[in-house]
Amino acid sequence: MSSDLIRVENLTVGFGGKSLMKDVGFTVAAGEVFVILGGSGCGKSTLLKNMIGLYRPMAGRIFIAGEDIVQATGDGKRAIQRKFGVAYQAGALFGSMNLIDNIGLPLEEYTGLDAAARELTARMKLSLVGLAGFEQRMPAELSGGMQKRAAIARAMALDPAILFLDEPSAGLDPITSAGLDELILRLARNLGITFVVVSHELQSIFTIADRVIMLDKRQQGIVAAGTPADLRDNSPNPWVRQFFNREAP
Amino acid sequence: MLGGRLDAAGVAPLWPEARAALAAQSGRAVVVDAAGVEYCDGAGLAFLVDLLRQERPAEAAVRIVGLAERFDRLLAQFDVEQFRQPLVRPVVDDSLLHRIGLASLELAADLKTQVAFIGEAGRALAAAARSPGRVRWGDALAIAEEAGVNALPIVTLVAFILGVILAYQSAVAMRQFGAEVYVADLIGISMVRELAPLMTAILLAGRSGAAFAAEIGTMRVNEEIDALSTFGFDPVRFLVVTRVLAALAVTPLLAVYADVVSIAGGALVLLSFQVPLATYFNEVFTLVGMSDLFTGLFKCGVFGVVIAGIGCLRGLQTGSGAAAVGISTTRAVVSALVLIVVVDGSFAIVFYHLGL
Ligand SMILES: Nc1ncnc2c1ncn2[C@@H]1O[C@H](COP(=O)(O)OP(=O)(O)OP(=O)(O)O)[C@@H](O)[C@H]1O
Ligand SMILES: [Mg+2]
Repeated sequence: MSSDLIRVENLTVGFGGKSLMKDVGFTVAAGEVFVILGGSGCGKSTLLKNMIGLYRPMAGRIFIAGEDIVQATGDGKRAIQRKFGVAYQAGALFGSMNLIDNIGLPLEEYTGLDAAARELTARMKLSLVGLAGFEQRMPAELSGGMQKRAAIARAMALDPAILFLDEPSAGLDPITSAGLDELILRLARNLGITFVVVSHELQSIFTIADRVIMLDKRQQGIVAAGTPADLRDNSPNPWVRQFFNREAP
Repeated sequence: MLGGRLDAAGVAPLWPEARAALAAQSGRAVVVDAAGVEYCDGAGLAFLVDLLRQERPAEAAVRIVGLAERFDRLLAQFDVEQFRQPLVRPVVDDSLLHRIGLASLELAADLKTQVAFIGEAGRALAAAARSPGRVRWGDALAIAEEAGVNALPIVTLVAFILGVILAYQSAVAMRQFGAEVYVADLIGISMVRELAPLMTAILLAGRSGAAFAAEIGTMRVNEEIDALSTFGFDPVRFLVVTRVLAALAVTPLLAVYADVVSIAGGALVLLSFQVPLATYFNEVFTLVGMSDLFTGLFKCGVFGVVIAGIGCLRGLQTGSGAAAVGISTTRAVVSALVLIVVVDGSFAIVFYHLGL
């Protein structure tokens, strides 16, 4: 077994017998910030949902900390899923609970913390994403960007070793989005948390990404992989170079 | 003195102990030596912040020393002062009087919106009657299929059982007088005039009234209704007219079907009481007249309109969030049932005075 925390092998994903991505493989090392990039509709969210075990791939294997989430079922699968947190593209907060309870729910279920400790932990997560003061709000009473940030706070509730974020900064203003980048870096560098982030924001990719893969719809696979600077300067694919040069710092 | 891994599993047992220890040392300065901490995640940080946030006199402050720099950097993100203030729960006046008052206000407001909605829906229906070409007949047809054709199995089941039970129970009683044959009259009249329309209406409320509310409610939550209005579409014309027309069309048809099925169910029972089929149906057809059938069907049409209308109204009134859709659906079914009873009762009085 290698030291890769996440290892994707010969993965084919799609819907209804039609593949979106064929024979894709990559690895993510522990403590790395790994960014998935690609045009709208190319299947980034679908890839992510396969990696977290929500969809079953058409072929291939996905190892998370050495265990294959594709083959796992029932309790085995839930045990793997406990290792990571996910912030979905559309937020997916529990609409019938306020923010504190959204974050407190997994804490209550999976930790031995008492109510006061859970409340403080949840408040601190919310303050990390700039939502101090909104603890008692219901998700429906928040703006789209605030829901997004609350979803990230919820994904961090159990301090998982891996965080999957689907377009965390989409719809956020540049300052909030830069704050989020800083948070990701702080957590990765100081706690060794591994991030798998779907993102389009070049600025943010150059700030946070250790490595990037770029997916393409027509080629149904990875067209480029490497560090952002590497792709900008040395990619054999002129289209990739152009993409990274567009507004690169 | 702190050491080891400060994660959720590590701090959970430590936390109450530490709080108690701090409380015991309330007059003295406390220095927490965190040099031994190997790991400190969000739960660990919460633990440290909790120690720091305790309200204590200045000379008895809590200090944390020796925390590794990478954890200290994470701890520095938090403003301890901010977490001293307890979360203020919004105060609600929970007294009985207050709640009665609120409920009455709500009821009054609800009646007002219902009247306004009847007006709006009526206007939209009138517009539809004037220019039928503008009605979205494709949608209406699909809704009619869902609310009507797809309801056939459940209507069959309930109508059949109802016919069988009614026939059996009355036949047992009538047999004492040797009057089994009159069970046919009883089933015919009560089914055609009253029970089949009522049963159809209740099933429609449970199936389609709820579905309309959930569907339109989800559209409201997803801002689809807003999108419709900003395109200049009238949501009532777009969503309500089709549903009301569909329900108006299918409810009487379902009721006729329920009449047939339940009377057939009764026939089977009476067969076992040695009443021949020919006698039974002869009895039914001579006694149950066209006026019985038409009063039943007319009622059904009104039920259909009321159920679809209230379902749509509850859907349009949906608040925000997934829970709101559930509330709307419940309210749609309850309101529909109440209205069915009210309408049925009113018809009984009107028909009586008209001598129908
Ligand atoms: N549940 C589904 N059933 C069928 N097809 C789907 C489903 N979800 C997504 N798709 C299709 O799969 C493709 C990829 O969708 P996906 O959501 O993964 O895109 P994406 O790369 O995340 O795009 P974006 O950047 O816009 O979020 C799209 O063409 C979409 O139509
Ligand atoms: Mg997506």
